[in-house]
Amino acid sequence: MKKTWVSYPYILWMIIFTIVPLLLVLYYSFTKTVDGTPVLTMDNFIRVLEPTYLKVLWRSVVLALVSTVVCFIVGYPVAMILAGKDMSNKSILVLLLVVPMWMNFLLRTYAWMTLLDRKGVINSVLGALGLPQVHLLYTDFAVILGMVYNFLPFMVLPIYSVLRKIDRSLIEAAEDLGSDRITVFRKVIFPLSIPGVVSGVTMVFMPAVTTFIISKLLGGSQYMLIGNLIEDQFMRVYDWNFGSAVSIIMMLLILLSMGIMTKYDKEGAGGGLF
Amino acid sequence: MKVLKKIYLIIIFVFLYAPVLTLIVFSFNDSKSRGHWGGFTMKWYGQLFKDRQVMSSLYYTIIIALLSAIVATVTGTAAAVGIHSMKKVLKSFVMNLTYLPVVSPDIVTGISLMILFVFIRLDLGFTTLLLAHITFNIPYVVLSVLPKLKQLNKHMYEAALDLGAKPLYAFFRVILPEIMPGVVTGFLLAFTLSLDDFIISFFTTGSGVSTLSITIYSMARLGISPKINALSTLMFIVVLVLLLIVNKRSATNGRNEAPLINI
Repeated sequence: MKKTWVSYPYILWMIIFTIVPLLLVLYYSFTKTVDGTPVLTMDNFIRVLEPTYLKVLWRSVVLALVSTVVCFIVGYPVAMILAGKDMSNKSILVLLLVVPMWMNFLLRTYAWMTLLDRKGVINSVLGALGLPQVHLLYTDFAVILGMVYNFLPFMVLPIYSVLRKIDRSLIEAAEDLGSDRITVFRKVIFPLSIPGVVSGVTMVFMPAVTTFIISKLLGGSQYMLIGNLIEDQFMRVYDWNFGSAVSIIMMLLILLSMGIMTKYDKEGAGGGLF
Repeated sequence: MKVLKKIYLIIIFVFLYAPVLTLIVFSFNDSKSRGHWGGFTMKWYGQLFKDRQVMSSLYYTIIIALLSAIVATVTGTAAAVGIHSMKKVLKSFVMNLTYLPVVSPDIVTGISLMILFVFIRLDLGFTTLLLAHITFNIPYVVLSVLPKLKQLNKHMYEAALDLGAKPLYAFFRVILPEIMPGVVTGFLLAFTLSLDDFIISFFTTGSGVSTLSITIYSMARLGISPKINALSTLMFIVVLVLLLIVNKRSATNGRNEAPLINI
């Protein structure tokens, strides 16, 4: 079949609607409107370095890192249990893990509002038990909880798919040579599961660092992460030049973290999600 | 050890399902306060269907999802056929182009499209929303059709041509039936993703045109209302059914279980 031309509409479409817009973002980030005419400038990027904005950047990265670590600590054992051989009906369990992930992202986050609210379910239960009320909604804790809840399956699934493919005879060999369970895990299973861990970490960190919904709904309207900063610039302040610069910084941050992660995944065997 | 594993899994699944189940249960709660059960009611569902804003966004959500999925399926299938016959260099360029919107964060896709539409003086609204949805949908169609093309026996098409079929006829009678499972999966995936999208829609729509996700977001920012619970429950069920269909399709397309490990 020599039918390359049938894909030209697609190529044209993708250039117009993905390449050109990204170039426009780049253009906006390096310009500033003075007296109605755009001028080339670095001001937008210099403005990102102001303490207020650096703090937002720092907080986004820290919160995303914390959520990633929590997802890893909670998720790795889940993947191990699911991949274990004494797990019958595992395909149903994996499906059960995926189903909440396919529920609308907003609704999943909104659901936590119902639970964490001052007059919400958790406080009602505490009240009924005669325990003091806790202030949960609109805190860092709520934001991290929202991130972990939304992205946990992204950590579990890649690790699970890598663990499942590990050659059993390697584990048996280690056992025959006298290793106990912990040594087998430390020396055989964990090193072999690194590709899955790498894609899991990437898949949790990236949406966590770019989100603006979780922070807005669970952190309150004053809560600022890098995503909220971008949203603000485009939807409220209308400073598109600065918003574009922040977006470029965010993209660089993501590329950087992707670069770091792929360094750890030398074989490139990545346990892709699908 | 076995019991411990079971308990751990149960805790995780409770964590994953508790919020969703609470949402569903409270959509039938007669009391407006979240903490108290005031008896079973369907009144929130009734109010939902009387809400003008919700009904209009439901209409836009479905229209946009259908139109964008159809356009994406046609363009994407054609693209996949073209990509399949490409030389290596061009192919890797086009594949990178395909992965670009898949890997770049939604918020960046959203604002960059918004900038484009404003730049070319297109009023933000129905058209821009549709264009944006088609854009993020096509790559998924391409990615679900391509594997089917790889499985295809290329001599079948040549045989059809040798037997006198015109290329177009041969495509519709020989190639298309073979790759149909991938095309349908791509369509369903595109439809579901479009239904589900919030971030890109949020940035590319204008006044008067709103999808369900956007309506939920603006309602949720004002606080919790049982009406959103009812809406969430309905949306959850619809997406669940759609995804079970998609899943069942990819499962019957054959994937055998790899050997399992003991940990």
